[in-house]
Amino acid sequence: MNEDRPLIYKYLRHDKKFPHVWCGGCGIGIMLGALIRAIDHIGYTKDEVVLVSGIGCSGRLPVYVDFNTLHTTHGRALTFATGVKLAKPELQVIVIMGDGDATAIGGNHFIHAARRNLDLTAIIVNNSIYGMTGGQYSPTTPYGQRATTAVYGSVEHSFNISQLAVCAGAVFAARGTVYHVRQLDGLIEKALLKRGFSVVEVISQCHTHYGRLNKLGNQIEMMKGQRDSAVPVEKAKGMSQEEMEGKFEVGILVDREAPNYLEEYAKVRQKAREVLSVQLSKEEKEESDRREASDRN
Amino acid sequence: MKDLQKSELKAKLMQGNEACAEGALVAGCRFFAGYPITPASEIAEHLSVRLPQMDGTFIQMEDEIASMGAVIGASLAGVKAMTATSGPGFSLMQENLGFACMAEVPCVVVDVMRGGPSTGLPTNPAQGDVMQARWGTHGDHPIIALSPSSALECFSLTVKAFNFSEKYRTPVVLLMDEVVAHMREKVALPDSGEVEVIDRVKPSVPPEWYLPYEDTSFGVPPMGIFGEGYRYHVTGLVHDIRGFPTLRQDEIEPFLLRLFRKISIHFDDLQLVESFHTEDAELVIVAYGCVARSAHRAMVEARARGMKVGLMKLITLWPFPRRFVEPLTRAHKTLLVPEMNMGQVSREVKRVNQGMTPVLTLNKVDGTLITPQEILEKMKEKR
Repeated sequence: MNEDRPLIYKYLRHDKKFPHVWCGGCGIGIMLGALIRAIDHIGYTKDEVVLVSGIGCSGRLPVYVDFNTLHTTHGRALTFATGVKLAKPELQVIVIMGDGDATAIGGNHFIHAARRNLDLTAIIVNNSIYGMTGGQYSPTTPYGQRATTAVYGSVEHSFNISQLAVCAGAVFAARGTVYHVRQLDGLIEKALLKRGFSVVEVISQCHTHYGRLNKLGNQIEMMKGQRDSAVPVEKAKGMSQEEMEGKFEVGILVDREAPNYLEEYAKVRQKAREVLSVQLSKEEKEESDRREASDRN
Repeated sequence: MKDLQKSELKAKLMQGNEACAEGALVAGCRFFAGYPITPASEIAEHLSVRLPQMDGTFIQMEDEIASMGAVIGASLAGVKAMTATSGPGFSLMQENLGFACMAEVPCVVVDVMRGGPSTGLPTNPAQGDVMQARWGTHGDHPIIALSPSSALECFSLTVKAFNFSEKYRTPVVLLMDEVVAHMREKVALPDSGEVEVIDRVKPSVPPEWYLPYEDTSFGVPPMGIFGEGYRYHVTGLVHDIRGFPTLRQDEIEPFLLRLFRKISIHFDDLQLVESFHTEDAELVIVAYGCVARSAHRAMVEARARGMKVGLMKLITLWPFPRRFVEPLTRAHKTLLVPEMNMGQVSREVKRVNQGMTPVLTLNKVDGTLITPQEILEKMKEKR
């Protein structure tokens, strides 16, 4: 624990008005710690990292750390990140979103970013609820669970964020929890180093709303729940659907290669320049022909 | 043949949308994100060919919300950026347009107006988005909107829009209409060396002294670029001079007032009109966009019949060029405002006029252009 203090201090914005907005016991801080350790371990400079977020509890994350930080509109973080990365490909663009942010209001942007395969890393904190607005049900609230807008239990079925990323074409998709924090460090680091669109879903707890409304206990009991429900990907392969009921896989779900957008667009530029040079030499010839003709007149 | 002017040789038959795209390139635009929509698609098509030839980037996004987000992201990373759309897409862009106002991110949004509301008349002209350009995004904010009335102006005002956006760190809306966008005219584009191009002011202080949202006498703080050592926070929340969210009354209001002041102290620079025969005129037509072309013809014909008619063509719609309209009302000239909506600019003219002089309105929303004949007819109502 103590060994982390100097490290996080190296990256905090000391001129920012603390304390932060998160509840005591929130998992977002743990995820931030893992992200900082991954960035530090890789050795990115502060100037080359751009941290982009949407709206919600997770959206407040970038303001506390000393990178180029961009706190955008609800659900749109990936679109802003797309512009930043295309304009300056040398920057390391990391996008922090919540479950509602990424898969409800930003669901369309999420699947298209995965399909496009631009070199971005999306970290999605999944706490199964809208925390900042007071505990309304989200696309990842499990069927039957309660929220302030589902006091009789949610009748909708939830998204599996990591599987959604896999199906939409992400070249790297992993799921971790804030309980398995060492594993999370590694997953985030792998995602950052992956060329192409990478996703890390981070299962976290909102004891303030989700835990309270569903009588799941405090933050510690909820984290124990993560420990008990998480099944490593390799182990899950040998388990039946019944055995996996109420549990989820943790680890790397997909790690594959596919042409990324920047490489593909470099080819477009090459072709466009060739077209232009043909066009220019044609125009030059027409111009000189015209001059010759007018000289003769 | 020998005496042909250089500009004549270079003259091309060009569509307003193409001229707009070429203007963007001359202004230094190297990023375009957009979504297909009639009657604006030619801008995207043209730039998809031209931008990669110039090491720029064209991307077709999943919708207009995403397009506007990508444009803002690119601008924050130091590349001049634009998008182009029409009414329905412009509605979707309003959310992030407000973000650009709030975070002071330069960018250009082209809205080629078509008939509305909703899907409306996709291939027909209208001028119904004047107020949407002004108040489309929520909350109090200033905005700049320009309106071209020819293919050449589609070029020159796109350059102007970029210059204003860079100079004042604000989104600029170019309100074109379907007629201007699709009309082909002979256009002699100036050489890129002859065009004034303004770039944003970057910080000159060391990064540790940089205050990204500090007030200046000009009203516009220098803009740090992502990746250039000036690490700061950009947010759509009301923020203090360091860019951090604030709830302090003594920080909220000075910030919002500065957003207005950076526009209002530069009205001289921003408010553009073109006047024709307004000095001796008894009746002045106030028009913009494609309607200004009909109005010009109506003026010429009226003068030929001995009527003292003038024209004030509005180039800047927002901030509304009050200082040009007001002298007309003080001189008790009758005003005639023809427009292809139910009276969005005429209401603004009446607000300036405050009952001092008669204001005639001519509104047409049937999906066709207002003709010179219709304007001449309307003049008969002048007492």
